[in-house]
Amino acid sequence: MKDNTIFFNKKIYIEETASTVAKKEGEGPLRDYFDNVIEDDRLGQKSYELAEIKMHTATLQLLMNKAKIKQNQVDCVFCGDLMDEIVGCNFTMKNYEIPFMGIYNACATYGEGLILGGISIESGLMNRVICSTSSHFSTAERQYRFPLELGNQRTPLSQWTVTGVGATLLSTNKNRVRMDCATVGRVVDYGVKDANDMGGAMAPAVRETLLSHFKGTGRTPEYYDLILTGDLGNAGSKILKILMREDNYELEGIHNDCGSLIFNAKAQKMEQGGSGAGCSSSVFNGYIYKKMLGERYKKVLLIPTGALLSKTSALQSQSIPAIAHAVSFILEEND
Amino acid sequence: MLTYLQVFLVGGLFCVIGQILINTTKMTSARILVIFLMAGVFLETIGLYQYIESFGKAGATVPIIGFGSALAKGAIKGTLENGFLGAITAGYEAVSAGLAGVIFLAFVIGLICKSKTK
Repeated sequence: MKDNTIFFNKKIYIEETASTVAKKEGEGPLRDYFDNVIEDDRLGQKSYELAEIKMHTATLQLLMNKAKIKQNQVDCVFCGDLMDEIVGCNFTMKNYEIPFMGIYNACATYGEGLILGGISIESGLMNRVICSTSSHFSTAERQYRFPLELGNQRTPLSQWTVTGVGATLLSTNKNRVRMDCATVGRVVDYGVKDANDMGGAMAPAVRETLLSHFKGTGRTPEYYDLILTGDLGNAGSKILKILMREDNYELEGIHNDCGSLIFNAKAQKMEQGGSGAGCSSSVFNGYIYKKMLGERYKKVLLIPTGALLSKTSALQSQSIPAIAHAVSFILEEND
Repeated sequence: MLTYLQVFLVGGLFCVIGQILINTTKMTSARILVIFLMAGVFLETIGLYQYIESFGKAGATVPIIGFGSALAKGAIKGTLENGFLGAITAGYEAVSAGLAGVIFLAFVIGLICKSKTK
């Protein structure tokens, strides 16, 4: 491993993807790309937590159905969410008999899952794994801010936690999109304390990971058709471009952000875009993967970003450390 | 008609101040709420709130700042009548009806209604 970057010498492919989102995301510009758009984000459950669990369970089943496999053909599920003790995933995996490795890196969890899944297959010890993450606006609100029942006002700078699940089936079965390398992020803290400015807290982590990635691979931004961060949002993306310019890397025209893509900022009053563990995974598995198959993007660097704070650390006036994992996907030619 | 306008002006102005605080500062809603409450206590203590109340009527008594003034008014009256004990108990006595009513109503509404994502 050099410059925190690993190359997968085994050919690891995306065998299949699945994505589910709720009504608001389904009214956004990417609506036609998600497998499922749910009308009622409570899914008829008694609580939003149970709804998120049901959504995650259903998406994993959808993934296996699409791939035409049974659960005993999956070696392991690497998944995480934003709920305390990742209880959403714990209860989701209660419904399956697949070995389960729960992981957590906030909204960078999907990147962590892909890398761990890739390493497991690369080692030869596993053949087929699922990497997924989920998030839900109302469970995140109750946990990190206030329960909906309080009727609290949102600040104009806040991001909207995406209600969605994205799941990826990785295996060595030949397919079109290959995961060729990844850069494992490290924790970066520039001292940002404002929980309403997650983009500003996470952009430095993306910078660190990108610098390591370019050094470790010898690539430049122009190598990729798209460098896609998870949820820096509109403000955070601007900060990232400024930071990268200081290192002589120009991201303009190549960079985009899942949080910025999933909502129409003006029409849906989402000035700062979406965020959440399910943001990068649903956008990637729904929209980006289909765009890659359609050859719109042939080389994509996905960088889910995570703000590694907790409610306690925020109340104790600690700053917000962040992390970003970079995963490179290449479209292979049809033969 | 004029009364409605006065009520709207005063109540609305308090809301505008709250919105400005939300938009321009990093204060949580809890902090803003406490600031309004303390403002009500302060203005009542120095004798200014009665003018706002006489002009704004319900627009001045319904928001949390009015709650602060009622708390202070009760505490001041209680202190004059009952000394130290009055300072502690009379404030709550003055707002007890509103407080109990709100808690009970919130409980009932919570039983009947289900929350919905915005």
